[in-house]
Amino acid sequence: MSTETKGYLDMELLRFTTAGSVDDGKSTLIGRLLYDTKSIFEDQYDAIKKASEQRGEEGVNLALLTDGLRAEREQGITIDVAYRYFATPKRKFIIADTPGHIQYTRNMVTGASTANLAIILVDARKGVIEQTRRHAFIASLLKIPHLVICVNKMDLVDYSQEVYENIQRDFKNFSSKLEVFDIRFIPISALMGDNVVDKSDRMPWYKGLALLDMLEAIHISSDENMVDCRFPVQYVIRPYSDEFHDYRGYAGRIAGGIFKPGDKVMVLPSGFTSRIASIDTFDGPVDEAFPPMSVTIRLEDEIDISRGDMIVRENNLPSVSQDFDVIICWMNEKKLVPGGKYFIRHTTREARCIVRELRYKVDINTLHRNEEDKSIGLNDIARISLRTTQPFFFDKYRINRNTGSVILVDEATNETVGAGMIV
Amino acid sequence: MAVYHLNHLRQLEAESVFVIREVAAQFERPSLLFSGGKDSIVMLHLARKAFWPARLPFPLLHIDTGHNFQETLDYRDQLVESIGARLVVGSVQESIDKGRAVEEQGYNASRNVLQTVTLLDTIEEHKFDVCLGGGRRDEEKARAKERFFSHRDEFGQWDPKNQRPELWNLFNGRKRQGEHFRVFPLSNWTEMDVWQYILQENIEMPSLYFSHDRDVFVRDGVILAYSPIMKLKDSEKVVNMHVRFRTIGDMTCTGATVSNANTLEDIISEVAASRVTERGGRFDDKRSDAAMEDRKKEGYF
Repeated sequence: MSTETKGYLDMELLRFTTAGSVDDGKSTLIGRLLYDTKSIFEDQYDAIKKASEQRGEEGVNLALLTDGLRAEREQGITIDVAYRYFATPKRKFIIADTPGHIQYTRNMVTGASTANLAIILVDARKGVIEQTRRHAFIASLLKIPHLVICVNKMDLVDYSQEVYENIQRDFKNFSSKLEVFDIRFIPISALMGDNVVDKSDRMPWYKGLALLDMLEAIHISSDENMVDCRFPVQYVIRPYSDEFHDYRGYAGRIAGGIFKPGDKVMVLPSGFTSRIASIDTFDGPVDEAFPPMSVTIRLEDEIDISRGDMIVRENNLPSVSQDFDVIICWMNEKKLVPGGKYFIRHTTREARCIVRELRYKVDINTLHRNEEDKSIGLNDIARISLRTTQPFFFDKYRINRNTGSVILVDEATNETVGAGMIV
Repeated sequence: MAVYHLNHLRQLEAESVFVIREVAAQFERPSLLFSGGKDSIVMLHLARKAFWPARLPFPLLHIDTGHNFQETLDYRDQLVESIGARLVVGSVQESIDKGRAVEEQGYNASRNVLQTVTLLDTIEEHKFDVCLGGGRRDEEKARAKERFFSHRDEFGQWDPKNQRPELWNLFNGRKRQGEHFRVFPLSNWTEMDVWQYILQENIEMPSLYFSHDRDVFVRDGVILAYSPIMKLKDSEKVVNMHVRFRTIGDMTCTGATVSNANTLEDIISEVAASRVTERGGRFDDKRSDAAMEDRKKEGYF
């Protein structure tokens, strides 16, 4: 195998989400990242060029790359989260591109739920506005580990260091109230390409990296929880074949911590203990399993285990309860019903739940807690208390995104109506 | 200190295996759509990994247009036998014979659209409640907004404006009687990822993907394989060329590329250097700007 091909096989994967409206130059930025990394193909480029001309637009509208649906192109709006892909020799990137105006919270929460990093665009002429605060709040709520604030349109403020530093200061003043530990700032011009792919010589006062270099360099391998061992059982494998007659394996994805053969483990909810006999994969047994690996665990003792159970370490248990509070983002036009019943899904466990109490609604612009307003509709965020029909095994969302998240599903329509983070 | 990190292919693999297991756990009667193309070959490989050492807990479903390359059918039959899988074939020819579908006329006649009828009929006949498909979001703009778990109503239709939000790794497969799902485990893979993975895993591929001599003709800039089922215009001449296929579908709409790529490494270099998408050679997408979206809404993959 040539070194070039080998290199391709050993890239890291970074998932990021972009927040900002069309006016902030978000589409231009994404278009530039895709175009400059040669991730747009000629036929795609020709197609959007032709479409831009037909619409009577000046230049090539890169937003058409992501606005794939007929209704979106007809109305010139982005309806839904679009996923885009590009790669450099170091990393493969998945962009969850979320639309600016319509159903903003719902879409940004969706895009943010799987992201390692969020890019928030700030218009250099406007500075930190309500929308910027809203984006940053959602990013911190969803516990995106890294936040990159791109101060865009620097070309329109004469590449002024003062403008940039004022925005940086304003943002820091506000973000001290948020729980985000890694915040970086870059002055860019997406339109002119300054500090996007290459370092700009028009802002010599900026000593940091260009955006793409930063995306390639940010340390992401510690984003997963490698401490608290959590293995939600997804599927029980029983081959019933002559060769594997007595085989009984528990298939699933490691949700936290590092598992090794020989480890003493406890199974929830039964509380029985055993040791890991082996950790199997199609490619042979492994010495260690860690997030986000999909593996099959075999135990030394025969215990009755089924989907929805959780294998953990005896000396490090998750919370086990039928009662807990979540911060819920409401995703549906049909309002949340206090006292109402929903299906609830958590790791590989599904149950029913009742909304026991609506504690407060969060104003996503001021972060103010409103205990009077009991109406939770589409795009609203609130803290609620739930009771489930069976015990859940969970961690706080801020400790582990995999074992701290739930979705609520409407019992009548089967639609996913709420995204919850356990507090 | 050990580094706990998976490369991008291992991460994509872990995600896909999780999705495939989720399908087996949440649904009663799944099936895996197998076309003999590279994406479905990779998906099948991942499904085998997901349930090893047990066999696949669901059958493969092949929609045979009757215009498939013989190489594809041979590869399919050999693979099915070697892994001991069950195979269900839905035949477009049978749908035509039964009067369920009407053959298109003219030079560009294709059975691509007719597949939808056969697919939906086969789903109903076997009472499948979910089909795993090899679709990827990077393939086409309508697919960029597709979910992993894509809900379809009782007519098999996709409603792109009213999709369920999909958060974290919590997939909602709840449905009413008669409705079903399409699930796409390869959603986050690109064409490059697929080929790199084939190389990493050393998966055997159909010969069509590698460079070979073939009788072809050129129509509207696309090189099409010649066969007796193809209606030639007077101006079109059959010539022998050194070609390979980047995607494999029905013979009537899959374009070939001139290529000397003989190995997986060659193909990866070619994909890396390519300036045209793989579907650029697909006649079925060229019918209109929203051709793929329209077909998907009606129940196409």
